[in-house]
Amino acid sequence: MTLSKMTAGLLAATILTAPAFAQDYPERQITMVVPFAAGGPTDTVARLVAERMSADLGQQIVIENVGGAGGTLGAGNVAKAEPDGYTVLLHHIGMATSETLYRNLAYETLDAFEYVGLVTEVPMVVTARQDFEPDDFPAFVEYVKANADSLTLANAGIGAASHLCGMLLMQALEVPLVTVPYKGTGPAMTDLLGGQVDIMCDQTTNTTQQIKAGTIKAYAVTTPERLDLFPDLPTAAESGLEAMQFGIWHGIYTPKGTPAEVNQRLSESLQKALADEGVAKAMADLGTAPSPAEDATPEALKAKLESEIARWKPVIEAAGVYAD
Amino acid sequence: MELLSNLALGFGVASSLTNLGFCLIGVLLGTLIGVLPGIGATATIAMLLPITFQLEPVSSLIMLAGIYYGAQYGGSTTAILINMPGESSSAVTAIDGYQMARQGRAGTALATAALGSFFAGSVATFLVALFAPPLTAVALKFGAAEYFSLMVMGLVMSVALAHGSVLKALAMVVLGLLLGMVGTDVYTGAPRFTMGITQFADGLNFVAVAVGVFGIAEILRNLENEHDRQVMTKNISRLFPNRDEFRQMVAPILRGTGIGSVLGILPGGGAILASFASYTVEKKLSKHPEEFGKGALAGVAGPESANNAGAQTSFIPLLTLGIPANPVMALMIGAMIIQGIVPGPNVVSEQPELFWGIIASMWIGNLMLVVLNLPLIGLWVKLLTVPYYVLFPIIMAMCSIGVYSVNSNTYDLFAVAGFGLLGYVLSKLRCEPAPLLLGFVLGPLLEENLRRAMILSRGDPTTFVTRPISATLLVLSLAILVLVFLPQIRKRRDEVFTESDA
Repeated sequence: MTLSKMTAGLLAATILTAPAFAQDYPERQITMVVPFAAGGPTDTVARLVAERMSADLGQQIVIENVGGAGGTLGAGNVAKAEPDGYTVLLHHIGMATSETLYRNLAYETLDAFEYVGLVTEVPMVVTARQDFEPDDFPAFVEYVKANADSLTLANAGIGAASHLCGMLLMQALEVPLVTVPYKGTGPAMTDLLGGQVDIMCDQTTNTTQQIKAGTIKAYAVTTPERLDLFPDLPTAAESGLEAMQFGIWHGIYTPKGTPAEVNQRLSESLQKALADEGVAKAMADLGTAPSPAEDATPEALKAKLESEIARWKPVIEAAGVYAD
Repeated sequence: MELLSNLALGFGVASSLTNLGFCLIGVLLGTLIGVLPGIGATATIAMLLPITFQLEPVSSLIMLAGIYYGAQYGGSTTAILINMPGESSSAVTAIDGYQMARQGRAGTALATAALGSFFAGSVATFLVALFAPPLTAVALKFGAAEYFSLMVMGLVMSVALAHGSVLKALAMVVLGLLLGMVGTDVYTGAPRFTMGITQFADGLNFVAVAVGVFGIAEILRNLENEHDRQVMTKNISRLFPNRDEFRQMVAPILRGTGIGSVLGILPGGGAILASFASYTVEKKLSKHPEEFGKGALAGVAGPESANNAGAQTSFIPLLTLGIPANPVMALMIGAMIIQGIVPGPNVVSEQPELFWGIIASMWIGNLMLVVLNLPLIGLWVKLLTVPYYVLFPIIMAMCSIGVYSVNSNTYDLFAVAGFGLLGYVLSKLRCEPAPLLLGFVLGPLLEENLRRAMILSRGDPTTFVTRPISATLLVLSLAILVLVFLPQIRKRRDEVFTESDA
């Protein structure tokens, strides 16, 4: 018997036994794979919801950090995991962008997973060093267009939120800027604080505290509406940059073949966790908000992933940057 | 006077019975995992993170900080006893510390490390309290060009002083630099030297390389000749340093503390250089440089102090900017966020109990560590009498668990095995692993900052000499080179990294 036949057999067996099995789910500890290092923003989001979901499911959810290759290693592990609901993946927008960024991905993004639901969508803020000349976003747009040659744009590495946002910004403004990649947000932010680079567009999770402290200048947010957190900051769309609308959305996935009942159970648990005041408060502190209950569903996440893969493909191809 | 009231506030928080308890748990755990080969603070803190959610924020951070610097302490124990450094800093301790252990002076080496660390930790904590904000301002002046020049200085210091086996030391540094290139290129995303293995896309795991070339290679070498090790345990005359040895260690500890404190402040990898720099300085200033690599006390005292001072001052960027200097710090930030404290420049003013409480706890923790560790030395040294067939499998198992737990990556285990073999071959060729490790650690930083500086200057190489701090560092590097190659000094020059493997 070949390996693939064995796998197929196992799969069939799993599906056949699914009903009885799903009723008792979960009866042991669940592993939530976070495809990034412990302590990062995605890890923090995962731990926040995992703790509340554990309480609801009555089983411990253990976070396993499988960092590396822009999140594709961890996602690849989950794609190959047993589809029994005891291995789940929490990944962000990178799930959609890696489909284009990595040309030899070990899995087919749209075929390898089942969906649980969206967790949160973290807004982005366009920021610059403290002594950057323009005072508001319209002035920023004008200034950047006029001085494109001498300005630098930092990002936290290929595929990072700040890299995606930077690509959108350059496309929206129709000017190329000198892009300076870093290994992670920490060093990029340090250099922005020190005035070594000029501009960075990054998640509120990374920028809010610095903006509040006045150590960097904020110009605009990338959400459809202004944020309660920064009521004075305009949206990029207000200045006519409609394309600059996006957030770092996070979703929970299971391996392909996981019974629908299990995904449904996890989705309910996720909705409860997101409705929790403590989670809402912790997320608000980070400058984001829990996804509404209707988005924390398998259907909503599937739709999101499909539309985002389609959206980023041309942007990344136009920029001509690949991660492999 | 504000400082005094702040410190009073901090000690008030840190000396509550609960927080003292968590501090003790932290340093105890830290010491234990530090002593277990291959298991580092990162894995432990990641595992303990869920437990901390139930605790008060201050208590949990005090405990996590305790694990971090406790592990620094414990890490030197394995480096000295079994030549198994868990991080780059203890790789330096292993050079002379392990030689001391082989001469039956393991107790002295361990006591020296403990005392040096305590002194350095106390002084550095005081520095954090006194100068955190102004020091941060200085650290922010370090851009890519400055870091590049700093790394150049680091490489020059180690290579230029090598002698006899200059060629071999150079070759090892270059090999290390090449190994450091493995992984995805930060600027283009191109995978380099990964042999198509996605698991190496983020480079080789440092712990895997270090455990391999030092520890596994040492085990292989020992298995060849069991006789060596009996000498190690039979010659133990005393556990604590005598008066003469105390006198010898004072100056290296003072200098190491200074070097470590300064370098630790730089968030872009300064702390990595601390112990290497201290070792080089001690060797250069020593009246008996020929003893280095053969069990020189100063070769343990200096780097250990530098390492611990750097570990403490690397909290400065975390506490004042909210930016982590290393993966352990990143985990602590994660812990803070889940506790509802978002770290940033305002933590000092918004959460004074937290800020000063942690600083005060670091001092208390250091005191606990020295009290804990001095009596434990006898126990650790006894470990050396454990027979091979028991000790080595345990070490191997621990290493494997530790290396695997960092990223759940089986390829890291293959790397341990591969580098163990490489280390064994190198030891047969009488090439030392320390320069290799230095190259491995500095290489990526050197390249990354060189290229970033060139991007920022739009391809103008004069950026390295027109920026004052960078220029100063380069001039210093040049001065070191000249000093070394001046004929009259040449006589005194000898191997920094040569480990006698007689």
